[in-house]
Amino acid sequence: MMLTAVLSGFVLAALAPWLFRGLGARTGWVLALLPAALLAWFASFVPSVAGGEVHVLQHAWVPSLGLQLSFLVDGLSLLFALLISLIGTFIVIYGGGYLAGHRDLPRFYVLILSFMASMLGLVLSNNLITLFVFWELTSITSYLLIGFNHEDKEARRCALQGLLVTVTGGLALLVGLVMMGLIAGSFELSEILASGELFRDHALYMPILLLVLAGAFTKSAQVPFHFWLPNAMAAPTPVSAYLHSATMVKAGVYLMARLNPTMGGTEAWFLILGLVGALTMLTGVWMAYRSTGIKRVLAYSTVMALGTLTMLIGMGGEKAAMAAVTFLLAHALYKGALFMVAGAIDHETGTKDLEQLGGLRRKMPVTAVVAVVAGLSLAGLPPLFGFVAKELLLEAVLARPGPGWILAGLVVLSSMLVVAVAAIVVLKPFFGALRETPRHPHEAPPSMLLGPAILASLGLGFGLLPWLAGQGLLAAAASAVYGHPVNISLSLWHGVNLPLILSALILIAGILLYFKWPRLRDWFNGPVALDQYGPEALYYRFTGALSNFAGWQTRVLQNGYMRNYLLTILLTTVAVVGYTLFSRLGWGWLPSGELDVRFYELVVAGGIIVAAVGAAVMRSKLAAVAAMGVVGFAVALIYVLFSAPDLGITQVLVETLTVILLVLALFKLPNFSRLSSRMSRLRDVTVGVAFGGLMAALMFSTLGVQFEPSISAWFLESAYTEAQGRNVVNVILVDFRALDTLGEIYVLALAAIGVYAMMKFRSQPAEGRS
Amino acid sequence: MSSYSLILRTAARFLLPLLLMFSVFLLLRGHDLPGGGFIAGLVASCAFVVYLFAFDVAPVRRMLRLDPRSMVGVGLLLAALSGVPAVFMGDAFFTGLWLELELPRVGEIKLSTPLVFDIGVYLVVLGSVMAIVMALAEGEE
Repeated sequence: MMLTAVLSGFVLAALAPWLFRGLGARTGWVLALLPAALLAWFASFVPSVAGGEVHVLQHAWVPSLGLQLSFLVDGLSLLFALLISLIGTFIVIYGGGYLAGHRDLPRFYVLILSFMASMLGLVLSNNLITLFVFWELTSITSYLLIGFNHEDKEARRCALQGLLVTVTGGLALLVGLVMMGLIAGSFELSEILASGELFRDHALYMPILLLVLAGAFTKSAQVPFHFWLPNAMAAPTPVSAYLHSATMVKAGVYLMARLNPTMGGTEAWFLILGLVGALTMLTGVWMAYRSTGIKRVLAYSTVMALGTLTMLIGMGGEKAAMAAVTFLLAHALYKGALFMVAGAIDHETGTKDLEQLGGLRRKMPVTAVVAVVAGLSLAGLPPLFGFVAKELLLEAVLARPGPGWILAGLVVLSSMLVVAVAAIVVLKPFFGALRETPRHPHEAPPSMLLGPAILASLGLGFGLLPWLAGQGLLAAAASAVYGHPVNISLSLWHGVNLPLILSALILIAGILLYFKWPRLRDWFNGPVALDQYGPEALYYRFTGALSNFAGWQTRVLQNGYMRNYLLTILLTTVAVVGYTLFSRLGWGWLPSGELDVRFYELVVAGGIIVAAVGAAVMRSKLAAVAAMGVVGFAVALIYVLFSAPDLGITQVLVETLTVILLVLALFKLPNFSRLSSRMSRLRDVTVGVAFGGLMAALMFSTLGVQFEPSISAWFLESAYTEAQGRNVVNVILVDFRALDTLGEIYVLALAAIGVYAMMKFRSQPAEGRS
Repeated sequence: MSSYSLILRTAARFLLPLLLMFSVFLLLRGHDLPGGGFIAGLVASCAFVVYLFAFDVAPVRRMLRLDPRSMVGVGLLLAALSGVPAVFMGDAFFTGLWLELELPRVGEIKLSTPLVFDIGVYLVVLGSVMAIVMALAEGEE
């Protein structure tokens, strides 16, 4: 059942283009039924999970290898699964409206549904390897979605940047996960979670931590890898709302939260996560305040939220865990809504620049209301859920002994800027005087209002009745993060305490910052172009150097001259294999004793040698080809002599075709003439003889090796009993080793495509090079 | 590039059906005796190549009906799909399945998924060789 739930997204994705052909503009509403059904199904887990139960569901995958597909449903994964399917439902509907009439709308459905399935797989996996596979799948679908407008060079560049950053981190993560699995003796998460002591005291704790965090930080856009996230805004807005605010970028946070009971609680965990998280939080909100594009502002404020979550997970403790999951839920709700509102504004007015927007509340009243509600939640004002989350955040930070007050100061500072950012995002476009915009604005269609309206209402509902979310699901999620049962109830009103006083202070400062925005922004953007020194500049310098290096080595190694390729390949082989052979065996490979050679075998071998020498010295093209043919047919004869008729037939046929191909190619070649110097011919002879000698030596050395005799005996025995065939060669090819053969014919097909492309497209000038 | 040789043309006319029949024979008997999809595919390619030498590319293209490039794709698909039925029978991918039929007058016939796989190999080999040779031959003009 769980397997079906996770994979259903992929199946529907494959069917989406056909459905689109039949359903047209209504496709989004129909496709949304799947995430909605998933939402309902996941919701049925809530009562038992809230009661503290943890479900592990297993499916046999490759039973003969003992591989299982297993899924873990506890508070944390359930919270994510619910968010993914809830927001997914609305994104599919919203996408249909936002991209209505777009030529590639079916492709959007395919990708967004595949992404949803990958993301569900990621959070529900109970196995480190499957988790990693789904992790990479989200990176790939994200790449395709950022580059959705693939004819736009900028979009392609941003997509590649996102991919390179997250996949590089993914590689580090893979190494870390494999190390974890080997130490724990199992790749099952449910077993790893139970063996925290093993990891924290292990000598390899630090390397594993750094590797896993490299994956999590790149995915969740932590400083210094944060730069790809704002660039990912090149994607269509529904994608940004779904992947780059509510779900995918939280995968890193999910991983850290998931591993907190295992890897967390150490000094290093606190220092790295606390520091990086706090830094990311401040960088994000500061960059948000500096920007004027509505999507960029929201993207940077997402960076801020991701930093806050990382910091909270790093702090550890019951309260921080609760604050983290509460903040996560609140953020997903208001940020999803705000992004969809931003998309609606962009869609209706044709601009994303906050400086050019104003007074839209009269033209788009419903959107304005939704924006205000979601914006209040972002700002952390009562009675929204964002307020509950922010109070808890302040409480958790203040409760942390030691460096807590530094973090508290940073949180207060960033919260002030967040209030200002919320005001900028909501007040600028909707209030004040109506501005001229490229398009004449009117209210967004229902498909684009439903999602944000419901998400914003949920933010309001959970704010008014915080126990609704807190009692069951969030407490269970926090328990999964903390590793022990958490029992903290959420409430809107805590009485007058330090967090409330700080909140009031934050609000006042935030409003001041909002009014000073135009001046302070210019001042922040100031004369010093900090971007020249940021990590993004480093990224470009690195990728630039990489392509330069690639260009250089291509010019050197792949210069288009067949003779150079051959020389390089042969000399490298001779050097590497020859060194190994002589350093291991010395002259021990020389045949000892009498060789069992028949006279006719010597004749054939002698014929091959004569023909080969002839091919090298002949002056006529046709004669050289014929001599090569003699070599080939003589080899076929040897196969037959050693009773391998299939091989012999194949060799004859291949040789025939080779001669035909050579004759075809010969039409184009000029007549033979001496172009190379005596020296270079001498060099070629030396290399050729050395390579031939090496191969002979290798052959002799294998004579002494005793191969496992049982395999061929088994093949001979079972060919008829198991596979009903008397021709063992064929049985091996099409039955015992069919998978190998499948791989080989794929290679053959690829080679054919390569040759075909070389023949057909050679005359056209190379376009792709710029 | 066709060479207007009467001998070659006459020979090609007779060789083509003979070689094609021979290739099918090799394909079908391959499981028990020397032969199989790869060899049969090469024989079929030789048949068409001889015909191509005698009559030029266009008649061969017409006779093949299927573009050799598509033939490669169909072959790969057949080969990959031949492994699938076993999965539905609860066996591992590519487990061979056999169906033995007793036909009146003809005798016993063994149909199997390895045979389907071999037909896939046959098509890939034929398609690859023809794609390359035809591209080479067309490149002359």
